[in-house]
Amino acid sequence: MSILNSRIPEGSISDKWSNHKANIKVVSPANKRKLEVIVVGTGLAGASAAASLSELGYNVKAFCYQDSPRRAHSIAAQGGINAAKNYQNDNDSVYRLFYDTIKGGDYRSREANVHRLAEVSPNIIDQCVAQGVPFAREYGGLLSNRSFGGVLVSRTFYARGQTGQQLLLGAYSALNRQIAEGGVKMYTRHEMIDLVTIDGKARGIIARDMVTGEIKRFGAHAVVIASGGYGNVFFLSTNAMGCNASASWVCYKKGAFFANPCYVQIHPTCIPVHGSQQSKLTLMSESLRNDGRVWTPKKLEDAEKLRKGLIGPNDIADEDRDFYLERRYPSYGNLVPRDVASRAAKERCDAGYGVNSEGKAVYLDFKYAIQRLGKGTIEKRYGNLFQMYEKITDTDPYKEPMQIYPAIHYAMGGTWVDYNLMTTIPGLYAIGEANFSDHGANRLGASALMQGLADGYFVLPYTIGDYLAGEIMVPKIDTNHPEFAEAEKDVTARLNNLFTIKGKTPVDHFHKKLGQIMWDNVGMARNAEGLTKAIKEIQELRVEFYKDLLVPGELNNVNPELEKAGRVADFIELGELLARDALNRNESCGGHFREESSTEEGEAKRDDENFAYVAAWEFKGVDVEPVLHKEDLVFETIHLTQRSYK
Amino acid sequence: MADKILNKIYVKVWRQNNPTAKGRFETYTVENISQGNSFLEMIDILNDKLILEGKDPIAFDHDCREGICGMCSLYINGHAHGPDTQVTTCQLHMRKFSEGQTITVEPWRVGAFPVIKDVMVDRTAFEKIQQAGGFVSVNTGGVPDGNTIPVSQEDAEEAMDAAACIGCGACAATCKNSSAMLFLAAKVSQFAKLPQGKVEAKRRAKAMYAKMDELGFGGCTNTGACELACPKSISIAHIARLNREYLKAKIAD
Repeated sequence: MSILNSRIPEGSISDKWSNHKANIKVVSPANKRKLEVIVVGTGLAGASAAASLSELGYNVKAFCYQDSPRRAHSIAAQGGINAAKNYQNDNDSVYRLFYDTIKGGDYRSREANVHRLAEVSPNIIDQCVAQGVPFAREYGGLLSNRSFGGVLVSRTFYARGQTGQQLLLGAYSALNRQIAEGGVKMYTRHEMIDLVTIDGKARGIIARDMVTGEIKRFGAHAVVIASGGYGNVFFLSTNAMGCNASASWVCYKKGAFFANPCYVQIHPTCIPVHGSQQSKLTLMSESLRNDGRVWTPKKLEDAEKLRKGLIGPNDIADEDRDFYLERRYPSYGNLVPRDVASRAAKERCDAGYGVNSEGKAVYLDFKYAIQRLGKGTIEKRYGNLFQMYEKITDTDPYKEPMQIYPAIHYAMGGTWVDYNLMTTIPGLYAIGEANFSDHGANRLGASALMQGLADGYFVLPYTIGDYLAGEIMVPKIDTNHPEFAEAEKDVTARLNNLFTIKGKTPVDHFHKKLGQIMWDNVGMARNAEGLTKAIKEIQELRVEFYKDLLVPGELNNVNPELEKAGRVADFIELGELLARDALNRNESCGGHFREESSTEEGEAKRDDENFAYVAAWEFKGVDVEPVLHKEDLVFETIHLTQRSYK
Repeated sequence: MADKILNKIYVKVWRQNNPTAKGRFETYTVENISQGNSFLEMIDILNDKLILEGKDPIAFDHDCREGICGMCSLYINGHAHGPDTQVTTCQLHMRKFSEGQTITVEPWRVGAFPVIKDVMVDRTAFEKIQQAGGFVSVNTGGVPDGNTIPVSQEDAEEAMDAAACIGCGACAATCKNSSAMLFLAAKVSQFAKLPQGKVEAKRRAKAMYAKMDELGFGGCTNTGACELACPKSISIAHIARLNREYLKAKIAD
């Protein structure tokens, strides 16, 4: 019997959430006014949660490391948000969205959570429309939809190629209203650097004021982590430069289990890496695969000429182009899920068909769509993405196909939570990308926005009440409590330590090294040998880091190098856990591909008999092996089959 | 294609240790920069060099590095976000610069945006303007089905044009009056084009306008510089709509 209690409610799949809501406790308005909640992170999940909790009457303190909550990296999500509205009359339903998400996640997510996500998805669209989010419209004035990978219906709502921006600005506007009304106290340019627990319950955080360097204590009756994913453990990713896992990581070290870290999404359509000085990778929205066709040359000699710049893509005749996704997956074609599309691109490039000078790019071609629909339509659909592409690469995608290659994009793994989104620490919650819950081993396109907002608007505001109802007699948390003093002492010592190493190497060098180890051994294809090697190399890197790190500047001033040092210290530890988890999971599923577990055609092979579980890791010390706890995944509604998009 | 290498460029940048310290320009030499690098990657390389030389690296705001978060905010060679058009600083590439060039880098110079350190400024004033009325007052839950509020495609597109604002502050930094009118107009105009925004239109226009004045931003004299500097090309037509909204609200008083 696992010590993990997922608290999945009784009843049939479609009744679970209703049953649960009927059974959980509710806090009276008078008592909500006495309770405080801390929300760390102000992306879609954090901003929507902070605003909604404040509307309910709780006192909220919200934190973000940026200078404004509007800048959280949800802002960069491009393509859209899924919802089971069935506005297109194409036989969409809550069940179909549920089924697609379970299948897309390669049967590694919890049925009950995913069904709830599908159930609340229509409410999200209604909420955002009411806030004034300018979704795309049809001529008749009704909402428009587009298709996304891994599904056969049109259920994605969008606002040009800036859906994340518009949804975040919607949540941000709700948050602003609460800030103005006094229900939310907003702390910008503040970074959480420790969690404070008292008698085993989450009671507050320690944060560093990134302008003054001051270490501050904040108390609350519950703490919500909404700080996003850990993609930057790979250094190069589509995440923002500041995206980090430190808030989640300090929670892990205080006892919150970390689940499925090896599930990382590698997005197939990103602008390829150039040179060695690149700081980040830019995503080109999956929505582009609606109209773009992915190809490489059929002939090796053409690929070679392309790499040398002797010919251009337009010199290759249609019959000499290998539309490999359409060839291998005729029913889904260019719209296969991300993990499948990424591996297929890698397969072509490894076989020598890559088209840029490094041999690490394939084409995404709009020639055919422009012929079919006209340039105007394409411009209207993807204009901002095309402009972005041109600014970065100096080539015009209306005239020449885009070059794309897979890149680290999203973390399906994260802090383990139960059905209430509570972690293994009572009173500590994790929502949005920060938790592990809904996407299994692979996330479908346009589902991150859905999950972030579902958690923040419609799940957490209900489930947190169940816990807080038991806290109504607890007075305002006293930050003079010895646990706060102890935590503050610890973080001060930790920062001092990083600052006083005064070695020879700036933090970015370590981050790049870590990223290279991760990408080479824990990237798109993994095997036991590489993973074992990675664990050893990461451990060595950690030793080197604490010996040779150089942090300039002052402790009590703006100091981005100090901020990065703290984050990279955590990434090094997280990278090791990621590799361990990947080593433990000797099967291929979703974004996790073990070379030892593949079919003869090179497709991923799942092992349900041995691995149909959530791997939740318990911290036991930096130099001690973590303990693995298994939460068995029980499929009561959906029959497990080998995923096929052929 | 292979990008050219700039053998040597000079970066003349504003250094100021904290909000009250006296600032000064410092000039640094940067060598061997690929024109395929972004401007901020060039600053990363310069900072790496400064750290290794035992100097304090340049503090600057940046985050998404794909032109959408609005964090980056450098005034480069006399232009907000530099010499390219329709880009943020992070989307600016070194191909816009030439061998041996001196590149002057300053913070946004707006009274309402005090310098925090070097070229990093405090844009809390923008937050306060949004908090004064940049929202539709609906709570979570209890809202009608999305399709019960039809919006014509034209209106939705125009609202989206305005809503594309990333809140970077280039408009105010470029304006000779340090006016935040384009920023304010983007929000007011978005809601003015949508039925959801109509209910509170009067209160919103007045409250946001008053807050902007209170925070010390200047007035608008219609030079149009903001539109040119705006990385999202937000049109000053939205300022006209803001003025109409404001006037309507005042007349109703």
